[in-house]
Amino acid sequence: MTHGPGTNGLILEEPLLWEKGKAGRMAYSMPSSDVPEETLDENLLGDGPDFPDLGELDVVRHYTRLSQWNFGIDTGMYPLGSCTMKYNPKINEKMAATPGLASAHPLLDADLSQGILKLQYELQHYLAVVTGMDAVSLQPSAGAQGELTAMLMFAAYFRKRNEHRTKILIPDTAHGTNPASAALCGFTSIPIASGPHGVLDPAAVRELMDEETVGIMVTNPNTLGLFEEHIKEITDIVHQRGGLVYGDGANMNAIMGIVDVKRCGIDAVHLNLHKTFSTPHGGGGPGSGPICVTAELEPYLPVPLVVKTESGYQLETDFPDSIGRVHAFFGNVSVLIRAYSYILSMGADNLKKASELAVLNGAYVKARLMDTFELAYDRPCMHECVFSDARQLPFKISTLDMAKRLIDHGYHPPTIYFPLVVPGAIMVEPTETECKSDLDTFIEVFKTIAQEAEKDGDRLREAPVISKVRRLDETLAARKPCLTG
Amino acid sequence: MRYLPHTEEEIKEMLAATGQHSLEDLFTHIPDDLRYQGDMDVPGPLSEWDLTTHLEELGRSMFTGSSRAVLVGAGSYHHHVPEIVRSLSGRAEFLTSYTPYQPEMAQGTLQGIFEFQTLTARLLGTEVANASMYDGASALAEALLMTLRIGKKKRTVAISSAVHPHYREVVRTYLEPGPFEIVELGYGDDGRTDLSLLSEIDDLAGVALQSPNFFGVIEDQDTAAELVHNLGALYVACFSEPLTFGLFKNPGSSGADIVCGEGQSFGMAQSYGGAGLGMFGCKQKFVRSMPGRVVGQTVDKDGKRGYVLTLSTREQHIRREKATSNICSNQGLCAMTAAMQMATLGHTGMRQLAKLNYDKAAYLRNGLLEAGGSQLFSGPVFNEFAVKFEKEFTPVRERLLDKGIVAGLPLAPYYPDLGNAFLFCATETVSKALIDELLEEVRR
Repeated sequence: MTHGPGTNGLILEEPLLWEKGKAGRMAYSMPSSDVPEETLDENLLGDGPDFPDLGELDVVRHYTRLSQWNFGIDTGMYPLGSCTMKYNPKINEKMAATPGLASAHPLLDADLSQGILKLQYELQHYLAVVTGMDAVSLQPSAGAQGELTAMLMFAAYFRKRNEHRTKILIPDTAHGTNPASAALCGFTSIPIASGPHGVLDPAAVRELMDEETVGIMVTNPNTLGLFEEHIKEITDIVHQRGGLVYGDGANMNAIMGIVDVKRCGIDAVHLNLHKTFSTPHGGGGPGSGPICVTAELEPYLPVPLVVKTESGYQLETDFPDSIGRVHAFFGNVSVLIRAYSYILSMGADNLKKASELAVLNGAYVKARLMDTFELAYDRPCMHECVFSDARQLPFKISTLDMAKRLIDHGYHPPTIYFPLVVPGAIMVEPTETECKSDLDTFIEVFKTIAQEAEKDGDRLREAPVISKVRRLDETLAARKPCLTG
Repeated sequence: MRYLPHTEEEIKEMLAATGQHSLEDLFTHIPDDLRYQGDMDVPGPLSEWDLTTHLEELGRSMFTGSSRAVLVGAGSYHHHVPEIVRSLSGRAEFLTSYTPYQPEMAQGTLQGIFEFQTLTARLLGTEVANASMYDGASALAEALLMTLRIGKKKRTVAISSAVHPHYREVVRTYLEPGPFEIVELGYGDDGRTDLSLLSEIDDLAGVALQSPNFFGVIEDQDTAAELVHNLGALYVACFSEPLTFGLFKNPGSSGADIVCGEGQSFGMAQSYGGAGLGMFGCKQKFVRSMPGRVVGQTVDKDGKRGYVLTLSTREQHIRREKATSNICSNQGLCAMTAAMQMATLGHTGMRQLAKLNYDKAAYLRNGLLEAGGSQLFSGPVFNEFAVKFEKEFTPVRERLLDKGIVAGLPLAPYYPDLGNAFLFCATETVSKALIDELLEEVRR
């Protein structure tokens, strides 16, 4: 029986903000005024927000205690499939806080902003190089906004050609954001089932792709961790019928320097800088979802784009076919600085090595756990692998129970119940920054849990027991929503 | 490379476990014609030292720094970030966690976001608020899409031309592929939105105003909300400077159905416009049409209070194409940071800081008016305002630039009709001495 690093620790209770404090306290260092008081129009005045008054130590203890109830990559292994929870380098935080960059106002003239424009120009180029694509916009704030940007560009492309296309093919393994983004552009999703080997069958695409169909949204490697080997044939079919191909780059971490996205026939691909390029996820953002496209689609990119001219770097807005802005300014620039720093810290060889080791880690976990858990598809996997609870269900133990038991052992559970095509899915993505010995402990712990599933099922059904709270009543939360205190 | 922990020996052992002989073997199933050709043309690797030197060099070429002052707001505000907010929001447990899909090990994020939602709702005067949107612009676009969802067959929205020009561009981008029409409303001599033509618009689902608007002018939201409601439409109140509500009436109390805007002022570095924070609140009755993630309170198995992501049946991972929005990752850490800033200020601090901003801007405004400028609009303002000049102002602005001061934002690129007019902003970070220096140059 192997134990993970999970143990009981001293966790302190902490009330809600407004359950503490005392009117008249303040944690803010208020400057004294050096200007005269100006009169106020009483009719416009409000009462000011009903916020608690807290002292500095009140605030510090509050958030320190809250942080200790959280688990992050810095705490331990986070094998959350399709989320690429790799180590977020500390130096990138410092780089994002570089004074000249962090305090830059977004509306100053280009000649006052050369440093940040140069950084964006170079990052556009590096992302084009890594994907093999021709042009890049850094504006989308997250992967889903990158997808939406691509769908808006597809819509604009067909509008320009006076073609009325209303449907889009979306594989059943796709992230839910794909159909939701397409729907925002008025496209009807046509689900397309993956073939018996977990990858798309070109024949299925050939059957569905017609002149009313925009094209297809493909995640490659897909969410089963499998490379879509027929991708070229599929994109050829779509192109022959006048369509466009969208690539969801959520799993780019498996293929940097290994696969050329453009050669696959992809017309537009988004990247998640908060996955592949090591920027921290922050408990739900800010992310960044740059969109990389072929020269044919470049005129439709959001404006402004950063261009290099004889007089330095400039913001160019003169693209008449552009879909327009998707962000008030230039996207999540502080995230861009981190990704830029990561790329420069790594260099080309290490980026490729990262993908190789990410795939090695995925393949290693698959090889070591496939005797214990049912493997959804026994095919060469990329950076992640998908198991299910098929062998544990006879003991009345589900994926959820095993996931919760991992918490007691000090691991963040894998992605569960996704992709939807695998009932009880357990999707493990270790990422390249986990070392072999840590993977070995995780594997042994997961095997121990499988043994417990057969002999000591209640331990799993009761799990987690050492966390701040135990399993939470999600039905109650949804039925009687309490969204504010 | 220090981020890649594998030794050669471990790689061999691991390959053996997978039945492969080399790393290259792991990719043999990828067709040759799809392979990356040659090496990627990316520089590096740079050491920490070299990287820092490089970024510092980029930073030095920017017009920023303690000896310089940028008296421009227009959606991005220079406020002091308290050290506790910087330090606490940088805690790795918040920074390096994912969206809280496993609530038992993410109670810190979840309680923190629940508190953010609560403080946001109290600030904006709404009954509920979500966990955040990308920025003020996309929050407004999503708000107008929400009015169209609620308005069912209605197809038109109206938006004030005094809303931030970039926000309006994002709204157009988001609404473009749909069967929707956007009507822009003009503004009057007071800089407030002209609502007189509103009743002539058919099929109206929602009307959006920003307050303070792009000109810094505080709109008459009581009148606007009443008028919009009488037309059977929803009133959307947008903002780019949430500190306003420390002093002025919040939009919810004027009857706004949806309140949305930018929260960068609450503890976030300007960082060339991002990462900021989209704040979004609405009336309780519309909560199931609201976009974005929300955290709700519940109890655990032992009856203990806890928090989870909830109402996910509105969301893309459950509803897919029928979702209220495609949003997934939002601006979680920025929301947490904003909550920290609101907690740091409290009721007392919000009031004092807002008043200080108001007084600083008034001092600058009064000075400019005495120095030969005249007010572009007569409406009330908070920490931003527009001034026009008889004489060409650009040479003065150039001289001030040499002294390290950016004196306002020219309005002509955004509103060609407004000619020689400039939008100024003064926050708590601007000293009287600096304003006096600026005024002296203007008077010259």
